[in-house]
Amino acid sequence: MEQFLQQLINGISLGSTYALIALGYTMVYGIIKLINFAHCDIYMIGAYIGYYCLTVFKLGFVPSLLIAMVLCTVLGVSIEKVAYKPLRNSSRIAVLITAIGVSLFLEYGMVALVGAGVMSYPTMTGVLADQYKLGQITISMQQIIIVGVSVLLMILLQFIVKKTKMGKAMRAVSLDADAAQLMGINVNATISFTFMLGSAFAGAAGVMVGMYYVSIKPLMGYLPGIKAFVAAVFGGIGSIPGAMIGGYFIGLVEVFVSGYVNSLYKDAVVFAILILILIIKPTGLMGRAEREKV
Amino acid sequence: MDTATKAVGTNFFNRPTVRKLLILIAIYIVVQVLIWTDILSAYLQVTLITICINIILAVGLNLITGFTGQFSLGHAGFMSIGAYTCALITMRMPTIWGFLIGIVAAIILAGIVGLIVGLPTLRLRGDYLAIATLGFAEIIRIIFVNLDITNGAAGLSGIPQFVNWPWMFFFTAGTVMLVSNFLKSTHGRACVSIREDEIAAETMGVATTKYKVTAFIIGSCFAGMAGALYASYFYVIKPEFFGFMKSIDILIIVVFGGLGSLSGSVLAAVVLAIISTLLQSFADLRMVLYALLLIVIMIFRPQGLMGSKEVSVAMLKKVGKSLSFKKKERG
Repeated sequence: MEQFLQQLINGISLGSTYALIALGYTMVYGIIKLINFAHCDIYMIGAYIGYYCLTVFKLGFVPSLLIAMVLCTVLGVSIEKVAYKPLRNSSRIAVLITAIGVSLFLEYGMVALVGAGVMSYPTMTGVLADQYKLGQITISMQQIIIVGVSVLLMILLQFIVKKTKMGKAMRAVSLDADAAQLMGINVNATISFTFMLGSAFAGAAGVMVGMYYVSIKPLMGYLPGIKAFVAAVFGGIGSIPGAMIGGYFIGLVEVFVSGYVNSLYKDAVVFAILILILIIKPTGLMGRAEREKV
Repeated sequence: MDTATKAVGTNFFNRPTVRKLLILIAIYIVVQVLIWTDILSAYLQVTLITICINIILAVGLNLITGFTGQFSLGHAGFMSIGAYTCALITMRMPTIWGFLIGIVAAIILAGIVGLIVGLPTLRLRGDYLAIATLGFAEIIRIIFVNLDITNGAAGLSGIPQFVNWPWMFFFTAGTVMLVSNFLKSTHGRACVSIREDEIAAETMGVATTKYKVTAFIIGSCFAGMAGALYASYFYVIKPEFFGFMKSIDILIIVVFGGLGSLSGSVLAAVVLAIISTLLQSFADLRMVLYALLLIVIMIFRPQGLMGSKEVSVAMLKKVGKSLSFKKKERG
């Protein structure tokens, strides 16, 4: 039982990071139907920005997190403006290849800048290193922070999407970009705003993962990126609550499979579940089925 | 009877076919002479074989994605099945017959897995299909990492080498010819009609599921063959060679050449290999420049090098005319 609870806690903290990354995928897909392969590299860059803030500039955890989020926002928007905007009217597969190009550029640009090797985050001190024992279960302060910050950001996102004017514009553009434009919504600004939100979340996830798992490297984004995308598809791509549920689900599945079955098969199980979901309910858990018009 | 044989005879040895055969023979001889005279160094020969393998992979994927319109991100998975099948067979039977049996087994096995993967997933559309095929390819890779017979993550090494330029040329030219003839047949036209408009095709009586699965299986078979050739040329195979990035590499060739253009795929495989070879001297910055080039090319030519057109004699004449016209203008 203790082991089960311990795994549950580990799974929830892992799932939080997946959910944060998955939100970026799902929002961008919802609005311009693009699998943004560069998203997982923004998460990687976020981790590196956090690393330099903590080591070189000796900043605290909270300022580092905020700086990483801001810089990732700038990066995300510039990528959208430079690489994706000129292709707004081209075939979707062309934009996809461009996204892959951007992803390769960020990964190998980082390799050229800092080397392909692993860097370690500084060990956390003070409150951040605390561990709490509840009977046999250990909860670290870092896990609480990961879950806390993620939940906070998700609530903030729900607020933005549901209650603000920009959120309304986002929903309108994802429903029908042309009609939204006719209603006087600035579609390009809305798309940029979506990239901003997604990139900020990815940056936050990067810093927290760096703090929790300590080691970071330029190619660290690839696998979490694919899994976060799986999470987004699992929950129904384009749906914000779906991405959250998907993220937590994938995190829990991964932790339980490596804890109780075999850690070598954890990724295979994740993908097998994905395929089953797609075959049984192709639009994912929360996705809307699109009626096809002839 | 007499007229029938005559008709077949005139059909087969008509001018375009003869011209194609002559061009193929010419390419073969030129490269063979370059190899004999050592103008093509050992390093360039490896590039040449890589180009050929990439052509087979890209042509197969183009049939699935470019012509039938089914977006697959798992092509490397089928390649790995072919590679492991051929490697395991030739390691136990290190003769030319073992190699041939290995290739045939690789094609059949990749085709069977293509059927197993294709039947349930091909009812998905667009990106969902892409993600499902990506998932299958990853599962195949993870299985190879965990099996004993495939020697896990370390992979297989010491695979007997049988592939050389003549074999490679035979398989590559064969693939391109087969796919191009398939596309000109009733079945090929049916596949293209699915890409153009699936609902309209279905209304006109095209069995869409059947043709989607057919195209998927044919593409998988060629991927398996390419994998077998890869294993037999490079001695070593590891599961990590056939990861997600390999599928992406193949997709890049297809999109860069132009979705729905076979000659585009061939051209793109050659051009990308040349770019990659030229960038070799930049070492660290090679991948950065490659990525930049990819972004720039896609922004300025999103339809790929050839669009959905094919290289043809008429087209070359047109290009030649416009070039000479420009010269005259300048003069």
